[in-house]
Amino acid sequence: MTSAAPAGRVVGSWRAAWLRVEGHWTWYRRYWTSTLYSTGLQPLLFLVAMGIGFGSQVQPGAATGGLSYLHYVAPALLAATAAQGAVGESTFPVLSGFKWQKDYLAVTATPVTAGQLLGGQLLWVALRLLLAGIVYVLVALAFGAWLNAGAAVVVLVATATGVACAAPVMALAATTYDEGARFITLFRFVVMPMTLFSGTFFPITQIPGALRWLAWISPLWHGNELARGVTLGGLGVLPALGHVVFLLAVFTAGGLAARHYFYRRLVV
Amino acid sequence: MVEAKALVKRFGDFEAVRGIDVHVRRGEAFGFLGPNGAGKSSTMRMIASVSPRTDGELTVLGLDPDREGPRIRARLGVVPQQDNLDSELTVRQNLQVYGRYFGLSRSHVRRRAAELMEFAQLTERADDEVEPLSGGMKRRLTIARSLVNDPELLLLDEPTTGLDPQARHLVWDRLFRLKSQGVTLIVTTHYMDEAEQLCDRLVVMDGGRIAAEGSPTELIRRFATREVLELRFAPGEQEPVVGLVDDLADRVEVLPDRILLYTGSGEAALERAHARGVRPVSSLVRRSTLEDVFLRLTGRSLVE
Ligand SMILES: Nc1ncnc2c1ncn2[C@@H]1O[C@H](COP(=O)(O)OP(=O)(O)OP(=O)(O)O)[C@@H](O)[C@H]1O
Ligand SMILES: [Mg+2]
Repeated sequence: MTSAAPAGRVVGSWRAAWLRVEGHWTWYRRYWTSTLYSTGLQPLLFLVAMGIGFGSQVQPGAATGGLSYLHYVAPALLAATAAQGAVGESTFPVLSGFKWQKDYLAVTATPVTAGQLLGGQLLWVALRLLLAGIVYVLVALAFGAWLNAGAAVVVLVATATGVACAAPVMALAATTYDEGARFITLFRFVVMPMTLFSGTFFPITQIPGALRWLAWISPLWHGNELARGVTLGGLGVLPALGHVVFLLAVFTAGGLAARHYFYRRLVV
Repeated sequence: MVEAKALVKRFGDFEAVRGIDVHVRRGEAFGFLGPNGAGKSSTMRMIASVSPRTDGELTVLGLDPDREGPRIRARLGVVPQQDNLDSELTVRQNLQVYGRYFGLSRSHVRRRAAELMEFAQLTERADDEVEPLSGGMKRRLTIARSLVNDPELLLLDEPTTGLDPQARHLVWDRLFRLKSQGVTLIVTTHYMDEAEQLCDRLVVMDGGRIAAEGSPTELIRRFATREVLELRFAPGEQEPVVGLVDDLADRVEVLPDRILLYTGSGEAALERAHARGVRPVSSLVRRSTLEDVFLRLTGRSLVE
C-alpha cells in the first residue's frame, strides 16, 4: 500500500481541462467504432447522395456561384455535420454526467473544478469534430469535392461552428433535470430546421424575406458562409469577420451560461 | 484535521445542518451516526469541499474550503454515498483516469492502480468493464479510487450500505489497515455495529443537530444501561403488560413490536417479569448498543 507517494496536487486550469480530454480519450479508444456511423459514414452518405446523386440534376448557376453542386454543398455539409454532432455530444452525454453516470460528481470531487470540467468537455467536442472533419475532408478529396487548399481550413471553420453550438447546448443540459425530453424537441425544432434552412443545401435568398432572419441568427448559416468562403472564395473580409464575431459571441455567451449552470448544479 | 463551529447548511428554506460543532483529530476514525435525512451527507459534502457552507466556520486540513477547495480536495479521498464510477471503462482505467486529475504522472497512476486493485481484491477483474460488476465490487472500487492520491483524510459516506456481511467485513478490514497507516477516517453510517467497529469517536446526528458525542463505549455507558431485556408479544397483547413491567428497570422503551427494559441485569428483570405472570412470545437479554443510545436520545429507532 505504501508507495513512496507524491500525494495529489492541484493542476493548472488548461491542464485540468486536458486531463478531462484524456479521460474521454480512454473511453474513445474502447468505443470509437461505435461512433463511426454518426461521425464517419453518415456525412459521407450525405455527400454522395446530395453532392453527387442529387447534384447531377443541378445546373451550375447563379445560386451555386457557377460551381458544380458537389463543390457548392461539400463545405457546408461538413459545417452542418459538425453542428449536429456537437449538439449531440452536448445533450445526453452531458446530462448523464450530472444525472445518470454522475461522473461529473466524481471529477469535481478531485482538485478539478466545475469550470475546468466544462472546459474539458468543450475541448473534447472540438477534438472529436476536428478528427471527424479531417476524415471527411480526405474522403471528399477522393470525390473531387475540393477546388483548392482551402479544404484544410474548412475543418477549422466546421469545428468552430460546432463548438459555438455546443456551448449553449451544454448550458441547456446543465439545467435539465428530467430525462431530457427537451433534447428531442431541440433536435426536431431547432437543429433539423437549422440544418435545412441555413444555406446548407441552397442559398437563403430562397427563403421569404420575412423569415430570413431565422437563418441570420443561426450559427450554422454563419458557419456555412465561412466554410464556403474559405473553399470557394467570394467572401469579403468584412462579412467574414462578421461571421467569426457572431460565432465567437454565441460561443462566449453559451460558455458563460454553461459555466454558471455547471457551478450551480455541481457546487450545491 | 477538520474543525467546524456552528456549521449550517441550508437548501432554500430547508435547514439540513443546523449548527454543528465537530473536531476531528489526525489519525482517528470519526463517525457520523444518524437516520435518513439527519444531514450526514450534507455535512460530508461540506467537508469534502464540494458544497459551500451556508453559515458557521469550517476548516479542513487547516484550510478554508470556500477559498482553497482544490487544494483541500487534492489531499482528500472521497467515497460518496452513491457510486459514480465510469461504468464504460475498466476497473484499471477508472483508477488511472481518476488519479490523473490529481496531477499524478502516468507511470505513478499505473503503479498505484495495480496496488489498489490488489488492496481491494479486484486484480482478477482489472481489465473488465465496471458496468457488470457486483454492487460490492463497485463499492470496493470506489473505495480504492478514493485512495489513488494517498489521501491524508478519507471521507466515507455509508461505505458498506447494500453490501453482504462478507463484503462489509472485507471493507472494514481495509479501513482498519488504512487507519493503522495513519490515515484519518470520517465515516457516516446508520449501522450501529459499523460505528461501534470502526469509530474511535462519533457523533449521533438527528434532524441536522448533534445529539451526543463520544466514543462508542462512553456513549453506551452514558445513555444506556449495561444490559437490555427485550420482550416481544403477540399483536395486541403488549399494551396491558406495560404497566406490569415498567418498574422493573431503570428505563423502559415501548416500541410498536416489543418492550425494551434497560437494566444492569436482564436475567433478573426477566425472572421478576415471569413472576408477575408476564408471558412474552419471546425474550432476549443483550448488551446495550448504540442503537439504544440513539433510541434514548431521539425517541426513535435508527433503522426504520
Ligand atoms: N441538494 C439538496 N437540495 C435540497 N435538499 C437537500 C439536498 N441535499 C440534501 N437535502 C435535504 O437535506 C436533508 C439531509 O440530507 P442528507 O443527505 O444530508 O441526509 P443523510 O443524513 O445523509 O441521510 P441518508 O442516511 O438518507 O443518506 C434531507 O432532508 C434532504 O432532503
Ligand atoms: Mg446520506
